[in-house]
Amino acid sequence: MSDRAVSGALPVLEMRGISKTFPGVRALSAVDFRLLPGEVHALMGQNGAGKSTLVKVLTGVHPPDAGQLLLDGVEIRPQSPLDAQRLGISTVYQEVNLCPNLSVAENICLGREGTSSVAIRWRAMRRRAEALLDELNIHIDVTAPLSSYPLAVQQMVAIARSLTAQTQRGVQIRTRLLILDEPTSSLAQDEVKMLFSVIRRLKAQGIAILFISHFLDQAFEISDRFTVLRNGHCVGEYPVASLSPMELIVKMVGKEIADVSTTRAARNASTARATRPAFLRARQLGKTGSVTGLDLDVLPGRAVGIAGLLGSGRTETARLLFGIDRPDRGSLEIEGTPVRFTSPLDAIQHGVGYCPEDRKSEGIVAELSIRENIIIALQCKRGIFRGLSRARQAEIARSYIELLGIKAHDADAPIAKLSGGNQQKALLARWLATDPRMLILDEPTRGIDVGAKVEIMAQVMGLCDNGMAVVFSSSEMPEILQYADRVVVLRNRTKVGELDAAVADEQQVFQLIAGG
Amino acid sequence: MAFVRRLTARRNFWAVASLVVLLAYNLISNPHFFSVSVRDGHLYGSIIDILNRASPLMIIGMGLTLVIATHGIDISVGAVVAISGAVAAAMIGGELVLSGGTGMEDVTRYPLPLVITGALGVSLLCGMWNGALVSMIGMQPIIATLILLGTGRGVAQLITNGQIVTIYYSPYYELGNGFLLGVPFSLFIVATVAIALLLLTRKTALGLFIEAIGINPVASRLAGIRARTITFAVYAMCGLCAGIAGLIVSSNVKSADGNNAGLLFELDAILAVVLGGTSLAGGKFFLFGSIVGALLIQTLTTTIYAAGVAPEVTLVVKGLVVLAVSILQSERIKTVIGADRRKPAP
Repeated sequence: MSDRAVSGALPVLEMRGISKTFPGVRALSAVDFRLLPGEVHALMGQNGAGKSTLVKVLTGVHPPDAGQLLLDGVEIRPQSPLDAQRLGISTVYQEVNLCPNLSVAENICLGREGTSSVAIRWRAMRRRAEALLDELNIHIDVTAPLSSYPLAVQQMVAIARSLTAQTQRGVQIRTRLLILDEPTSSLAQDEVKMLFSVIRRLKAQGIAILFISHFLDQAFEISDRFTVLRNGHCVGEYPVASLSPMELIVKMVGKEIADVSTTRAARNASTARATRPAFLRARQLGKTGSVTGLDLDVLPGRAVGIAGLLGSGRTETARLLFGIDRPDRGSLEIEGTPVRFTSPLDAIQHGVGYCPEDRKSEGIVAELSIRENIIIALQCKRGIFRGLSRARQAEIARSYIELLGIKAHDADAPIAKLSGGNQQKALLARWLATDPRMLILDEPTRGIDVGAKVEIMAQVMGLCDNGMAVVFSSSEMPEILQYADRVVVLRNRTKVGELDAAVADEQQVFQLIAGG
Repeated sequence: MAFVRRLTARRNFWAVASLVVLLAYNLISNPHFFSVSVRDGHLYGSIIDILNRASPLMIIGMGLTLVIATHGIDISVGAVVAISGAVAAAMIGGELVLSGGTGMEDVTRYPLPLVITGALGVSLLCGMWNGALVSMIGMQPIIATLILLGTGRGVAQLITNGQIVTIYYSPYYELGNGFLLGVPFSLFIVATVAIALLLLTRKTALGLFIEAIGINPVASRLAGIRARTITFAVYAMCGLCAGIAGLIVSSNVKSADGNNAGLLFELDAILAVVLGGTSLAGGKFFLFGSIVGALLIQTLTTTIYAAGVAPEVTLVVKGLVVLAVSILQSERIKTVIGADRRKPAP
């Protein structure tokens, strides 16, 4: 360890003006980031804020377009994760990517210093693994296979491995910086405590820790400082004590809010509020391991916005309502009739449509044409033996391509060739073609450009004005308040409040999200 | 040039091209290759022979195409061929009754329609068994169908009591050896299966749903496709196709051999499907392509024999040709040739 690092004043790592652009998306714009020795620094931000891109720049996965990386004041340019490791930058990911069928000792030592290239010195390896785990206050049998231990222990093993000294041309390099990417997301409460005690030990050894988690309480508990990212910009760097959870959320979610008079809720509030019966009514709907205790009324011609942080249960709610996950408690009614959806097709038959958050893996069928992707849900609704003729398909596709302004020169081209925004429009077309009574949109504007965002929401809201019920979720608070009539707030996979968007302000929503 | 590009970009271009080349080679080496003569009101000739011999493979290939399109596989088709033949032979009875020195008398325990229904019914059950393992239990297709590949021949032998049962019932011979309007009867069977499958997959939404499941099962389910039911049905259909092929094979050789009927058919069938342009990764499928693939394999076999290649190197020559076609079809080669240079839309 060098003298400078222990002095404490100089940052271990400094990232200056980092920019990174992917085709169509500016992932990072001139982001500054500093990490001091012996500190736990939490990187906070919503989905798509740029956290993972920043980490990938740091670990050499993506080279930055602009900016500098300084390690102990010396400029570095990691070319690959292995390269970063040789510089002393180690990463432990959410999913433990070790070999479950190998022993703990093998997992820690293989490919590392201590193994000769010719033969493996088993006893030395075992001793070394034990010593490393002792340092972390973990006492386990290192000859047992990794898979025989709970996930938390596996994570410790991953951490221990990341700490083992790297060698390059005989020179040992100590780990200076440890990145923990969502380390707690699959851990139980007491396992989190165990992890935190390990983190504190490492901190005491002067290792700088970059901590990423979407659990606010954990970030507050373990961190010394926060850096907040939003839309690829650095919002700021704050000592933990200087922020309340709510202030942090405001910084993460963004405060700029559309002029209140133009929000949908305000407009609808001024019109006489018809007391129509709910299209969908859920009472104490829930499923073990998913959301629980969900009460929800969705009225025709009204939009419900679902707000909450990542992991709060937004997607799970949508999945329950659409019959993807089967609820094991509570009740669901469509227009006053109790229903039990056993598959998405059931929900479709009842006039419900669903645009998933993950467009690529759950939405589009990539190699099928735009036309086929548009008509597929309608075809399912009609049934397999009432095939739509090719001409009818083309007609439906053409009309929606026009209506939604999908930029496609050929409806028979594979949908994968469209841009993200146009793919999302095509998915919207898929559901509009089924003439839905209610549309569930999970993060409909995620990862698409601003223009397409506005167009899509305008279309959906137009349909909503004509009597369609809408449930949508968004990480962007301004979007929720602009488009929703009612705001449902989720936290820890349960509903914690519901507000009338016409009278609610963002403070109230933030308060509910943060649990204050 | 653009025309050539469009042509070579077609998924089954190289299979068709290879078939054409093979046929041309045959024509040069044997000017009578394409000549078809009429004997006893029946068509005779090398081409007719190839078509006739390829018919079991064409039928199995079409059934397997649908399975492969769902990103599945069925390696039990050869075993089902044996089971189907065994059931048919067992139901006919295998009894030789000589009639007054002029020849055998046609004796069967059950009427022919019932024999065919029985054999196809059992084959359909085999397919449904595979389908149930894959779609309901969620077993990996190759493992699920490996079970029937292994036990199927045992079942076939159980049905025939471990004997090779000779069929002494001439109406049954018509399936694989007969002629209708001068054309081999088996080709009518192939045409019937092809038309039925084409109508079923392209006039209903079945084809679209099969392709969607093969490409993205999760998104397909969310769009409302009942993936399990369709997967089940596809394996059942594949079993049925193998059963039909089994009838033709046993009729051809006038016997049911549980051990050898349809042996290694699964390999040729997979090859026919892949040569025909359907990817083992699932998705877009080409029934016509699989027919071409089957014809290519049969033409190759016939050509090798006709060219006087020693029997011991036949398989090697066959393998080399298949290798060449597969290389030409691979994505990387396509990019090199520039046939697939369509740019994504902005």
